[in-house]
Amino acid sequence: MGPEEVALLSVKMASDKARYKSFLKTRQPGKPWVRNSIRAFFAGGSVCLVGQGVQETFVHLFHYSEKTAGNPTVAIMILISALLTGIGVYDRFGQWAGAGSSVPVTGFANSITSAALEHKTEGYVAGVGANMFKVAGPVIVFGVVAAFFVGLARYLFVNG
Amino acid sequence: MTGVWLFVSAFVVGGLICVVGQLLMDLTKLTPAHVMTVLVVSGAVLDGLGLYDPLIRFAGAGATVPITSFGNALVDGAIADTRQYGILGLITGIFEVTSAGISAAILFGFLASLAFRARG
Amino acid sequence: MQIGDQTWHFPSQPRVLSTGTAVGPMEGAGPLGDSFDLVYADAYMGQSSWEKAERTLFELAQDHAVRQAGLSMEAIDLIVSGDLLPQNISSNFAARTAGRPLIGVFSACATSMEAVAQAALFIDSGFAHYVLAGAVSHNSTAERTFRYPTEYGAQKPPSAHCTVTGAGAVVLGRGEARIGVSFATIGKVVDFGVSSPWEMGAAMAPAAVATIVAHLKDTGRTVADYDAIATGDLARVGLPIARELLAEQGVDVGSRLQDCGVLMYGADQKEAFSGGSGPGCCPCVTFAHLLPKIASGQWRRVLVVATGALLSAVSAGQGETIPCIAHAVSFESVDALTQGGEPS
Repeated sequence: MGPEEVALLSVKMASDKARYKSFLKTRQPGKPWVRNSIRAFFAGGSVCLVGQGVQETFVHLFHYSEKTAGNPTVAIMILISALLTGIGVYDRFGQWAGAGSSVPVTGFANSITSAALEHKTEGYVAGVGANMFKVAGPVIVFGVVAAFFVGLARYLFVNG
Repeated sequence: MTGVWLFVSAFVVGGLICVVGQLLMDLTKLTPAHVMTVLVVSGAVLDGLGLYDPLIRFAGAGATVPITSFGNALVDGAIADTRQYGILGLITGIFEVTSAGISAAILFGFLASLAFRARG
Repeated sequence: MQIGDQTWHFPSQPRVLSTGTAVGPMEGAGPLGDSFDLVYADAYMGQSSWEKAERTLFELAQDHAVRQAGLSMEAIDLIVSGDLLPQNISSNFAARTAGRPLIGVFSACATSMEAVAQAALFIDSGFAHYVLAGAVSHNSTAERTFRYPTEYGAQKPPSAHCTVTGAGAVVLGRGEARIGVSFATIGKVVDFGVSSPWEMGAAMAPAAVATIVAHLKDTGRTVADYDAIATGDLARVGLPIARELLAEQGVDVGSRLQDCGVLMYGADQKEAFSGGSGPGCCPCVTFAHLLPKIASGQWRRVLVVATGALLSAVSAGQGETIPCIAHAVSFESVDALTQGGEPS
């Protein structure tokens, strides 16, 4: 096949792909984003409500201040999420709630716990230990990278 | 915000942040991991602009429970240490405020793997 | 021998001597639940990992098929099998148990018909007397290998497929039996530029259409020569797309076009989304549901067109599109083979 023929063939293939793409536009079911957003709102709001309740408990029962109650609250939310993941319930909640389950910190814990559970069969070191951050890794990496650059920008332009 | 209104604003603000995540997942090609990353970075940027702490005062857990607060906590840590140690504080301080979240996630994730198995 | 561009003709008509199908709980609860030979309520199959469960499923299916044929495993000359996991560990480890010579094959969800085509070839050409062919998949091994940990709360869209937990095996050979294999059309890799793993049906439809068109052209047959043309796993999104693409090519399939992924699960099984997929989907539905229609005399001929998506996690991560393939096998009742079974 000469170079002109190869070029012609790739033009034909590109236009076939383009035609198929527009053909598909009307034949694919779209995602039910309105329904999903409503569910996400209620589910996510409810998770935050639970978090607020936990925080109030720490403030009024254990005498933390508003500021310092944040840490144990997050820890408790993570514990709840790890348990719900372990008993096999969180993935069903996730299918229904969408971002309402993955955006709260409970989703972060679910991604770590589910990865840990899945790789248990490969051992605790090479399985659980090595694969735990499979899904959650990007959040930590980009959180730290973003924090560094935001902090740097503030230091340089605002000075603290 | 105090009292009942704090619970209302926690519900609404938390819910709305989740809706942003849902729209990103449904209307763009971003995967859940991409969306979480966008939200964490957004939290960091908003804190850099001084906008996240007021949100926490307004909405309580509605701002601290979503993953955006993780970005906020990382920036808080970095800034706090730069005040004390100068530019090197950017690196030493990042995990200071948020250590509870990361430690809890690793610890409870690991303990769960001891106690449970995946159910499919 | 080869006829046309991509089709093999088997003049000796290798016979389907027996089949074995073993499935998991969700498949057993579906509309074909009673048709499968073995149905298991525990997706772990009493094993300590999903991977071990998947190979156990295939061992049980291949064992059942061999016994139903009235043979012992030692009589099997060759096993031709594959699955979805890296390095085909499920079917390879099951072949370790069987202890017979193995030809491992892979074309993702099209593996089963690739295996049957080759099995028919070995028998027709005299290189084997009895060949066991089959494929297996498991919902949880596919999820954790290619998508997310099974307990992760990711939300799937309506166009998603549900990987079938099932193993289908068939023993082909010479001898007296009601159903034979007359033709197999080997598919070419077809890529129409779909890149989302949630749109497998749309990705695979062009490959199915290409193979069906090639089969009809090579054999000189028409759609009317078949009681049904059954694709492997286009499911509820891909099936109507394939019907339209065929009509564009002048092939009017009508209700003859069915899909194993659609047949596998009921509309009430919401966790099945748009339908079944996986290497186990096509053989389980074909052997348990479609071939019995030929055996009972209801049908004379069915063309089974298994469809596969040939992507990997790395290719998807690198932004590649999804190339697909479809392999077709024509199963016919022995009467139909002797009348008009020859290509024009």
